[in-house]
This record gives sequence, C-alpha cells and structure tokens, in this order.
Amino acid sequence: MTQSVVVQVGQCGNQIGCRFWDLALREHAHTNKNGYYDESLSSFFRNVDSSRENASDIPLGDAKSKICALKARAVLVDMEEGVVSGIMKGPLRDVFDYNQLISDVSGSGNNWAVGHKMYGPQYREAILESVRRAAEACDCLQCFFILHSMGGGTGSGVGTYILDLLEEEYPEIYRFVTAIYPSADDDVITSPYNSVLAMHQLTENADCVLPIENQALIDIVNKVKTSTGKPSITSSKGAIVQGKNEQPFDAMNNIAANLLLNMTSSARFEGSLNVDLNEISMNLVPFPKLHYLVSSQTPLYTLADTNLPPRRLDQMFSEAFSKDHQLIKADPKHSLYLACALIVRGNVQVSDIRRNIDRLKPSLKFIGWNNEGWKTGLCNVPPVGQPYSLLTLANNTCIVNTFSNLKDRFTKLYKRKAHMHHYTHIDGMEMSDFDCASESLLGLIGEYSRLDKQGTAAPDAPRLTVL
Amino acid sequence: MSIVTVQIGQCGNQVGEQLFSTIAEDTYGKYSGVGVKDNETYKTEVEKCFFTLSEKGPPKAKAVLVDMEPKVIAQCKTNAKRSGLWSYNDSSSFCQKRGSGNNWAHGYFKHAQNASINVMELLRKEVEKCDHLGGFLVLMSLAGGTGSGVGAYLSQTIRDEFPNSFIANQIVWPYNTGEVIVQNYNAILTLSHLYNSSDAILIFENDHMQKMCTQLMGIKNISFRDINKVICHHLAGGLLRTNGFLNCNRLKTNHLGDVLEHLVSHPDYKLLTMRAIPLMSQHSKAYSSYNWPGLLKHLRQMLVANAAMEEGIDWNVKVSEGKFRTFNKSVANLMFLRGKDIASPDISAFQDSRLYPDWIPPGCALETWTQPRCFHQYEKAAIMLSNSQSPVGPLNHVISKAWGMFSSRAYVHQYTNHGMAEENFLDAFTSLEQVLKNYKDL
Repeated sequence: MTQSVVVQVGQCGNQIGCRFWDLALREHAHTNKNGYYDESLSSFFRNVDSSRENASDIPLGDAKSKICALKARAVLVDMEEGVVSGIMKGPLRDVFDYNQLISDVSGSGNNWAVGHKMYGPQYREAILESVRRAAEACDCLQCFFILHSMGGGTGSGVGTYILDLLEEEYPEIYRFVTAIYPSADDDVITSPYNSVLAMHQLTENADCVLPIENQALIDIVNKVKTSTGKPSITSSKGAIVQGKNEQPFDAMNNIAANLLLNMTSSARFEGSLNVDLNEISMNLVPFPKLHYLVSSQTPLYTLADTNLPPRRLDQMFSEAFSKDHQLIKADPKHSLYLACALIVRGNVQVSDIRRNIDRLKPSLKFIGWNNEGWKTGLCNVPPVGQPYSLLTLANNTCIVNTFSNLKDRFTKLYKRKAHMHHYTHIDGMEMSDFDCASESLLGLIGEYSRLDKQGTAAPDAPRLTVL
Repeated sequence: MSIVTVQIGQCGNQVGEQLFSTIAEDTYGKYSGVGVKDNETYKTEVEKCFFTLSEKGPPKAKAVLVDMEPKVIAQCKTNAKRSGLWSYNDSSSFCQKRGSGNNWAHGYFKHAQNASINVMELLRKEVEKCDHLGGFLVLMSLAGGTGSGVGAYLSQTIRDEFPNSFIANQIVWPYNTGEVIVQNYNAILTLSHLYNSSDAILIFENDHMQKMCTQLMGIKNISFRDINKVICHHLAGGLLRTNGFLNCNRLKTNHLGDVLEHLVSHPDYKLLTMRAIPLMSQHSKAYSSYNWPGLLKHLRQMLVANAAMEEGIDWNVKVSEGKFRTFNKSVANLMFLRGKDIASPDISAFQDSRLYPDWIPPGCALETWTQPRCFHQYEKAAIMLSNSQSPVGPLNHVISKAWGMFSSRAYVHQYTNHGMAEENFLDAFTSLEQVLKNYKDL
C-alpha cells in the first residue's frame, strides 16, 4: 500500500483540505469497525503514540495495532494566521501537529510575486523540513496532492513555489494539483495575473492538474439548494450567504474535497478493478503538458446534503456527462475527448459500466486515435450513506474556453500594465515573467486547439507492410 | 508430471486463484461418473500435477504469486484458505508496494528487473518440489502494466533459466472498448516479447467471456469473478489429465508438453484459443442431457465459423475452397472429451483436410484425448484447443488501434520516461504484422 501527502496552501487550499480530512475520517470511521490501524488508514494517516514524551509513529505491522492518535499526512501553509489558527482551534485540531504548520502574519496581498518570489524562498527550508518529515513517515510515498487557489497571492504563489520545490527534491513522486480558478467577476483585481503566472508553473511541473472553477461550484450548490426546496440565497457577487452553523464555503469546499476523496478511493480501499493514482496520469495524459483534467461527480445532491434518496444507476452515468455537473464551466459533451476515466465506487458491476459506456459513447466525440479512450475503475467501498458514486475525469478540449477567458482577462490588464509595479518591485520578478507565462498559456491553448481540429477523423498513417 | 503456475498482476492472480479453485472443487467434488478406484487414481494424478501435499493442512498450490502491490495477493491467499480445499504457500509470493500504473515500460524495465531475482528464487523452490517438471503456466493480462510488462520480462527470464522446459502463457485479452487507455500499446509490446520467449500464447477475450456469462450462464450483473470462472472452465478442461485417445496412439508422459507439441508445430504459429461445449449455469445442468454427435456438430461449426460459443453460431459458413473462403482455418486442433460414452463419438468431421493448410500431413492435425471422469459436473463436456485463424481479428484490431495512436505519438512520452525507445515500438509493430500476415495467409 502506498501513501500520499497533502500540501494545502493558502486560505482556499486549507479550507478544502480540512473538508477532505473531515470527510476522509468519516469514511474510514464508517468502514473501519474494529478500531485497528489498517492499510487503508495508513494511506493518508499516521498512527501516533502520543502518550510518550517524543510522540512516535506506530508502524503498520500486521494491521492489528489499535488506533492511538491519527495524524494527517499533511503540510499546512498559509501566509496569514487566520485560517490555520482557526483549524488548530476547531474540531480537526487533533489530526495536525504544530510542526506541520507553516504560517506568517502578513499575507501575500493577492500578489503572486509576493508568494512565489518572496515568501517561497524565505520559507523554503521550513517547508522542505515539514515535507521531509511527512515523507519519511511514509513506507512508500507515491503522491503529493497540492491544494490551492489560482486567484490569490499565497495559494497561487507559494503553492506553485512548493510544486517546483517538490519536482526538484522528489522527481519520482507524482504531483497532483487541485487548483481553484477564480470566477470572471472575482473581486480580486489581480487574479488574472496570479492565475496566468501560476498556470505557467502548473504546466511545467505538475503531473496532473484538476482545475475547479469557483463559478461552477457556486452553480452546483445553488442548483442543489433549489431542487431540495431550501431557498437559495446568493448575494449580487455570487457568493453564498452564510446559513446557520455553516461556514460560508463549506458546501462548495465539500464538493472539491469529494473530488479528492473519490479519486483516492481506490488507493484507500479494495476494489475489483483498482485504479492506482499513477494510472490516472498514465491513461489521461497523452502529451506531457496537456495534463489538465475536467472532472464531474454524481450523485451531486448528496454531496451537499446526504439525506436525499439515491439516483438510479444509469441516471448517475448520464448526469456525469451533462454540463451542470462539471467542476469547471464547460461542456465536454460538445467538445472533443482525448481520454476519459470513470471511477466508480460502491455496489456496481463491470457489466453496468460496460452497458453505460456503450449507451453514452454515441453521444460523445473522441479524438480519432483514441476513440475507445476509456479507463475504468471499481472500488468496493461507496461514499458514506450512498449506495454508489461516480467520478469522471476527462482530458477534453473544452478546457480551452476556460483558458481563453483567463487569457482575455489577463491581456486586458496587461495592455495597460495595470498594477504591474506591485509585481515588479518584488526582487526576482521581471516583466519577462509575464511574457513567458502568457506565452506558455498561449502554447497550451494552441496545443488543445490543434487536437480539437484533428477531430474524430481516424488517423490515416499507412500500416507497416511485411513481405 | 507437474505444472508450476506463475500468476502475475491483478488479473493473473485472480485467474490463478479461480483456476486452482475450479480444479480443487472438481477433483474433490462428489460427482465423478466413474468408479471409486478410478476416481482415486484421477485424484492422485491431478494432485501431483497442481498441488504439493502436506502432512497437515490442505494441499498447497504449485504456484508463485507476483504482483507489484500487495492487496490482490493477500485477497487471493485469504480466499484460498477459506475454501478449505486448498491453499497457497505462504512464502511463495512476491510483491512490492507500488503498482506499475498501466505502464508496460514501468513494469518491464523497472519493476521486473528488481523482481526477477527474487521471483526466480521462489520459482526454483517450487520446481524443486516437483518429481517431474512438466512446464510452466504463466497467467497474466495484456492490458495492465504489471501483468503485461513484468509478465513479458519474467517469461523471458524463465526461458533463460529453464531453456528446456515448456512455457505456456495464458493471457486475458482486454475489452475492445478498454479498461485501460494505453492497452493496445501494452498489448503489442507484450505479444511481441512473448512470441520470442513462450511456447504458446493462449488467448481469452474478455468480450467473449462476458457474452458467455450473459447468454449461456444467464448472469445479469457480471463480475470479474464470473468471467474468471468461465475462463477457468476452459483452462481446466484443457489442463486436467486425460487417459485415453481416439485417433492417435502415443504414450503420453507430459500433459502440458504433449499439448504444446501437438498444437505448436511451427514457431511462427503460437496463438491458441479455446472452445468449450456445453456451458450453462449450475442450475440448468441437472435438466440437460446431451449426446456426443450433437455436441460435436456444434463444436465443429463453432470452429469453422470462428464462434467463441454455441449460441448464435453462423450455420451458413461452409467449408469450401475458393477465392472467397470465409471459414476459419487451423494449423492444429486438440480435442478433449470428458464424461460418459467417450468411446463412441465420430470425430471424422474434424479431420477434413480442407480445415488445415496443405503443408500439414493429412490426419496429423487433429488429436482427441479422452477422460471418462466427468468434468465440472457436466455429464459430457468437449473442450477444444485450437491453433487457428481466430486471433486474426482481435490482433488486427489491436495493431491498428496502437498504430493510429503511435502515428500521433500520443502517450509515447510515458514510455520513453521509463527507459524505452521509440524503436522498441517499431520493433513490436514489425514482428506482430508478420505474425498477423502468417495467420492470414494460412
């Protein structure tokens, strides 16, 4: 069994991270009835003997030792104190140690350069030390999951700095990035700059990026609220107004956290068709830089409210391909698929998956050289309270829209050189960084568009002939 | 004569566990159809072939389990123990902590090279427990990274280490619409390597197996366990011992070796497929009765029309020479008849020389081996191993899909990152196009 380490950066990253740990604990509590520290727990948690002076890890052994104190395999980074210290006062405080935290007081001021060029190098050793401690506690480290937003300063700046650092120090370990993209009407003026600068790093150094758009999450949450009869209250800016006892973004963060939960299900539990985490990039990334995956999850309703009746199985598959269920604002059904993975959990058989693939395939366009580009996985353990669930991960050209919109917003600011001086007065930040980043994004858009043009036509290279 | 089984990867291990279960359930089952004494002899022979008897505890399978992650192997061992009929040797498995990630190159170049010394040591120990080694049976899939990559490498190592032993590879052919996106790459790389090291490559197509589950077994929600059961019905039907023959007369000493010797008469033709009749759910067995002429008539048409099962055979396909030949030609066939009245069947329809290429001497292409003991609770069962043109379709499909992908160089970087060169792909394409042509030209 392999282990993964989660690195959560910035306010957004930490909030999603905490939802993930909360849900993961709930899931394990549900399946792990005898209280042993077993292999599936070991993938994301350490078992620590906290009774002793120097709390030490209890090894997995034969998976028969009692759970003592579970500690998340995580590193929490934020350049302001609020969120992180909130976590350490909240219900999850026991799963983190203070030596897993790295924080500052002043924040990055929504400036990528502050995060990447200033805080990054400043905290380099501290971050490396924390990561090293987490990595050394692993028996076989397979993956880093990095969670951060793209729009702010800390998440995008420090987050991508850490990504570079990991690529340098742990080149063999897979790096998955869950990145939250800002809405078009984001209140951070510099968010296009931050996003494009961060994307350059993601394109170069990540193995897989799972972009999530804020707007998509807001829409999903609202949709769930309307259909469950609860009034949806949204402010003019599109943010959800806080309900009773509910953190403002909990519902949205839950959805993002579930993405991680479902993606790692196979690494945590048994299944008749395991999908190891390294299989995801192997199957879904045909060309090195095109590693941005569009994701969708069904049933969605129960992610926000678990008291709803389950959907029919086939409906679950159909919904996963509708544009309302995508975690970015895009419509994969009307664009070109390069590859698609179905990760199913719960009481579902292979034949159910095959039937649904056959049923859905005619309505989807796949690129000519990969028109059977399906990767399937089956995990026996469903999410808590549901009979089954489905996560789709697709490499689809519809992502170009998200990128082009971002590019347009970036260009609008960049033409006027607006706010530029805030960036360039940071040591090590050059004007050319902007040009490189925007070129890299253009290149990516170009690659995806080129493949989109190839379309569904079968490749016509003549086969080898033998005499 | 004993067979040492090597189970590699998730698929290989699951099939292996099912194979030993099928064999054990059949052998120790009540329904034999022969006298007590004959049944005892049969039991001893089967045990000698597949198991090591121990003084305490159930018989231990002569198997080595290899996987790059521990989950599946642990599951197999538990299942076997739970059956009470047989178990695995606790020490005869090898696993690492990290899977091959569907990457053939990762399996072949990284994992296998680290694993091979340890696995060969385990294998040597298993071999030493055999009085006579009949050969190796390697179980693996084509699509994944471990089964295919590690399997290809280990087959080569076994060949180097035991140059005079028989090696048969049983491979599970992936669904046409895939489980793994890079399955066609993995498949061509595996097949081209196995063609050099293995004596025979025994193909089971997932698509066919699933159809059998739905149409013959009447299973609604098909799991991999169901599919593996069908695979193992075929496999056991061909591997379990026989003691008589209808149209040939030679002393059989090594079942596996004799099978391969008969079927693979030319090193260019190594692809084998299997057919079995009848096949039905446990529930229907009690209500069915068959006669040999009927079964053999169906089996012959399955062979001629290249059908994997009796349901929906095209009866319009006729054996006729000419420009537009449509029937399935064979290099060799081997038929196993198991059950009652096996002395009576007329097998001349399978001896028709038009079924075989003209370079095969007449009468040599078919052998029929018999066993009066009932198999798998069927009163009569016919199982056929063929070296025929059946693999042409799937092979052509896999090559053309892989070639299409390769012409765009998609996914190639994933392989070159693990120490493979683009030429390795081209070599695989070249050698398989040759194999395909050979079979087409029969």
